[in-house]
Amino acid sequence: MFDDLRDLYQEVILDHGRRPRHGARLAAFDATARGDNPMCGDRIQIWVKYAPDHTIFQTGFEARGCAISVASADLMAETVAGLAPAEITPIFEAFQSMAKTGICPNCAGLELLQPLAGVHEFPSRVKCATLPWHALMAALNGGKETSSE
Amino acid sequence: MNISPRPALDVTRIRADFPILAENVRGKPLVFLDSAASAQKPIAVMDAMMTAMRTQYANVHRGLHWMSERTTDAYEDTRDAVARLINAPDRHEVVFTRNSTEAINLVAHSFGRGILKPGQAVLISDMEHHSNIVPWQMLRDATGIALRVAPITDAGELDLTAFEALLADGRVGLVAITHMSNVLGTYTPAERLIRTAHAYGAKVLLDGSQAIVHRRVDVQALDVDFYAFTGHKLYGPTGIGVLWARRALLEAMPPFLGGGEMISSVSYAKTTWAEVPHKFEAGTPAILEAIGLAAAIRYVEEIGYEAIAAHEAALTEHALRRLADVPGLTVLGRAQDRGGVVSFTLEGAHAHDVATLLDRQGIAVRAGNHCAEPLMRRLGVASTARASFGIYTTLGEIDTLAETLTRVREFFA
Repeated sequence: MFDDLRDLYQEVILDHGRRPRHGARLAAFDATARGDNPMCGDRIQIWVKYAPDHTIFQTGFEARGCAISVASADLMAETVAGLAPAEITPIFEAFQSMAKTGICPNCAGLELLQPLAGVHEFPSRVKCATLPWHALMAALNGGKETSSE
Repeated sequence: MNISPRPALDVTRIRADFPILAENVRGKPLVFLDSAASAQKPIAVMDAMMTAMRTQYANVHRGLHWMSERTTDAYEDTRDAVARLINAPDRHEVVFTRNSTEAINLVAHSFGRGILKPGQAVLISDMEHHSNIVPWQMLRDATGIALRVAPITDAGELDLTAFEALLADGRVGLVAITHMSNVLGTYTPAERLIRTAHAYGAKVLLDGSQAIVHRRVDVQALDVDFYAFTGHKLYGPTGIGVLWARRALLEAMPPFLGGGEMISSVSYAKTTWAEVPHKFEAGTPAILEAIGLAAAIRYVEEIGYEAIAAHEAALTEHALRRLADVPGLTVLGRAQDRGGVVSFTLEGAHAHDVATLLDRQGIAVRAGNHCAEPLMRRLGVASTARASFGIYTTLGEIDTLAETLTRVREFFA
């Protein structure tokens, strides 16, 4: 019945949405921020722990949201591990572009995020995919709260 | 041709009056179950607005020319239609606003700041739409008038004991409460609430945005003080709503917005206000939308509230029975007196994912917090999916919903 939705709900998304690997608060962390989507009630809290060289050692999150937003947060946590904050910004920008248009001008670093490209066909769901990234960017930039609206 | 006596309602004939219902969505027939957010419009409403634009449009209450006089007549006819609809004793008690939200803001501003005194309180309930929460918070923050919240039971009904206890100290000057919850479908026991509130000296505003779509509203029988509703949920256009209030209250209240139309005379030293209801209708009103609303009211009256209420009851009963068969589905609230709005959660699937999958089958539902965040917190859910019914909804559409939800559950299992 829902065959045409397999672009959006690929197995990897359903899997990470159901069983996120990074879906927990970090006991020790260096930065944290909350992301809210006031229109739909989605909420995510992100915790980041840096390595001594200030690359990302670990990211954890607690999310109240749909399969897309939880999977996006989980794939994001895997994507940014080992990267310096300065390396993350261009990935965030490319991901935003991919989520909105389905194509990315420069897909380097977005390999794990490719399954989320299908979200561009669902304009009302794009912000589900981008909310975790807004929260992460807020945490990296020292902010506390952000909104995808 | 099926000509049934009232109260039966001929859904097939009604659906023919709503051309949009023949549309396909993603190759599937549209199953529109989002009427509580905004209802579809019958041809009669479209035609009334189009005819006015084609044949007799001008501004109202200004020109001395033929077009303006005809348009003014049509605009004022809507006031009569509304007065008849809700059995208002006096047409001057019908104030046009943009929507229910503006009607409630009008009361919060003009009654709240103009009549209530610091030390008094406004009492709302735990199942209000944001539009009946935020205006009172703004009043509280600006004036010190307290805001109290009457709890609901786990069944999703107003806790009447707690409600009365919150009135007991006599400080509540206004009870502002929904007539029917936009999330739970619960009808509040309006007559009883109003009697209780009046016994403690409080006025009562009912937010009738949902209720007036499904049941006859009689402001005199209710003995209510303020009644707010919006046109677009009642099969009328957007941009036109109604505040009904007792004339003595409207006369005592200061204006809300200032401008043209609402004045009697203007000088730099002093301006005097127009008579009610014009005192509350600053600026050029929603003329065409008012004309559309009158057509919607005529349409609803022609079908008759007895038939509408019976249809809604049948749909709701059918929906509750069919949804109970969907594995993992939980309906929110189990009020005794409930209408055609059913919110639910589905185990293993977030409401947004549910809505996206349903949409692929042409089924339109709402998903999210339904502009009722405090109620969502009370219910312990972040968001729900909501199916809501109108006069054009069929039992077959509810079957399609239930069958598709079973498949949605399998998809996410």
